[in-house]
Amino acid sequence: MSSIAANLETILSSGIRLAAPLAFAACGEYVAERAGTLNVSVEAMMLGAAFGAIAVAGLTGSATAGLLAGVPLGTVVGLAHGTLAHRWHINTFVAGLVLNALVLGLTSYLLTVGELGRHQVAQVSVPVLRDLPVLGTPLFTERWPVYLLLPLLPLTWWLVERSRWGLELRAAGENPQAADMTGIRVNLRRRQALLWCGALAGLGGAYLAVGEVGSFNQNMTAGRGYLVIAAVIFGGWRLGRTLAGCALFGLADALRLALPALGYTVNSQLLISAPYLLALLAMLLFTTRQRRPAALAQPFRRPS
Amino acid sequence: MTRTEPWLPAATTAAALALSALLITATGGSPTAALQALIQGSLGDPTAISQTLLYAAPLLLVAVGTCCSTRSGAFNIGQEGQVLIGALAGATAGLRLAAPEPALPLVVLLAAALAAGTWAWLSALMHRLRGVDIAVSTLLTTFLAQQAVAYAVTTPWLLQESRLGAAAALPQSNTLPPAALLGSLGDHPALQLNLGLAVALAAALLAAVTLDRTRWGLRLTMTGLNPAAAQHAGVPVAAVNAAALATSGALAGMAGAVLLTSPLSTNRLQPDLSINIGWDGLLVALIARNRPLLTIPVAALFAALRAGGSFLAATGVPPYLVDVVKALLTLALVAGRWSHE
Repeated sequence: MSSIAANLETILSSGIRLAAPLAFAACGEYVAERAGTLNVSVEAMMLGAAFGAIAVAGLTGSATAGLLAGVPLGTVVGLAHGTLAHRWHINTFVAGLVLNALVLGLTSYLLTVGELGRHQVAQVSVPVLRDLPVLGTPLFTERWPVYLLLPLLPLTWWLVERSRWGLELRAAGENPQAADMTGIRVNLRRRQALLWCGALAGLGGAYLAVGEVGSFNQNMTAGRGYLVIAAVIFGGWRLGRTLAGCALFGLADALRLALPALGYTVNSQLLISAPYLLALLAMLLFTTRQRRPAALAQPFRRPS
Repeated sequence: MTRTEPWLPAATTAAALALSALLITATGGSPTAALQALIQGSLGDPTAISQTLLYAAPLLLVAVGTCCSTRSGAFNIGQEGQVLIGALAGATAGLRLAAPEPALPLVVLLAAALAAGTWAWLSALMHRLRGVDIAVSTLLTTFLAQQAVAYAVTTPWLLQESRLGAAAALPQSNTLPPAALLGSLGDHPALQLNLGLAVALAAALLAAVTLDRTRWGLRLTMTGLNPAAAQHAGVPVAAVNAAALATSGALAGMAGAVLLTSPLSTNRLQPDLSINIGWDGLLVALIARNRPLLTIPVAALFAALRAGGSFLAATGVPPYLVDVVKALLTLALVAGRWSHE
């Protein structure tokens, strides 16, 4: 075990790197699900934004501009999903899956047309704090967009749990009929939640591209959107536990990459499956106690 | 209930195709050349038609199953994983079971159906016991299925026993014995038709008759339309849901076995064997409004796009265009139907 201890800093660092894009998107997915939309298109939001980030960074020559471009791109996918699911009443899973297929096809197609190149934002290292033992380097030497999580996490929590908007949003997710009777526009709130989800998932995807990887590869999100959904389920629709889930999944991924290099034989299939298994187990064990939004994935239509 | 403007699907489809053409033009390709390639690659000659029909069989199987589960109100989105589980069970049966040779293809198909049906049924069980949402659990189990297949083909003792040593790292199983492969239907000069298509068409007909003409079908449809009323009328709602979901999984599993044993694949189990047939089959059922007979033309269209896609590269248009066209077509046909509800 000595080699794991010796490499703990490296493993934690890569764990945080792998968890950060999930954390951004999970912040968004959490809001969408609290409003009652099980948003499968989070994968499309991340992938489209990742592509857009590298493309915009190439056009403007600024990786930061690329990162910011991810926000409106993710929001556009959220807008499309909201229109399909809440205006046209297409099954929300179907809307999400079709959008995932569309964005995957579109980005793969455009990738073959032109060169995108490499673009990456700068790494920052916080003086003094980075010298802390074990946690110093992983927490305080990162690409700077990671630290956007610091304001975004409390903001998301406050919006959902403490603001009036969040109250109406949660009502839309718990009991849309009652919410409608009190004058809340259920489907409008759900669409707005999807926009927030798109903005943050877009930021997560863009961060993945211009923050960690520095380039765009075909299907580079590779199911991370589904992992985000698993994290929200694993977290029992609570923001704190959802983020703990993201950290856990990131760490499992880091171990999958690190352990073989350290000479340990691990079953990589089991480690890849772990998040999905954990999410299923969490649902099986805690469904009755869990605060699952009561109207999650149920469409709402005003009785006319 | 549904008011459909007859011109709307046509208009939205035209818009989707125009958007695709615009995309080709904007990226320096020729839409007419691309269209010609798609038609040539899917219908141009007997080989192309064979390709289309070979793709149509597994798509149709997945779609017909999806019709059953969706109509019962159990929303299955794990077909991609069920296809893989079917292929895994089919490969295991084909490589390990000492069945008499003429029965081997049937054994492969049945093993696939049984395994994937049980796999899907587990989601119904989780729903029954703990209220776990079926759509969520079928989605999550898809990723477990992918890893199960990856594990099976990278582990020497499971499906690779004869290739120990340097070759054992190759992520694929041994080749299935020729006796396990689906036989072709008669001797056609160039047309490759196999049993898969016959099985799929039979499944579509059977499902259409069962769903629309039998007491079983009525109970299933009642369950989907209004579970509370169905329960009140004495329909065992949970059992109907479970049966419909298991049927859907079993048909998706058979699609996996058909993929594994048809000339479309190398007849080895590989992690990417399912090539999105499960996701596409779901879209086919969606466009066909969960009517088994309507899935036949829609599956043929999706199969033609797949077969034609391989011809696109020659015109300089990336074959990924086919995925864009499929998604846009689905959106067009679905949006065209629902926007005036």
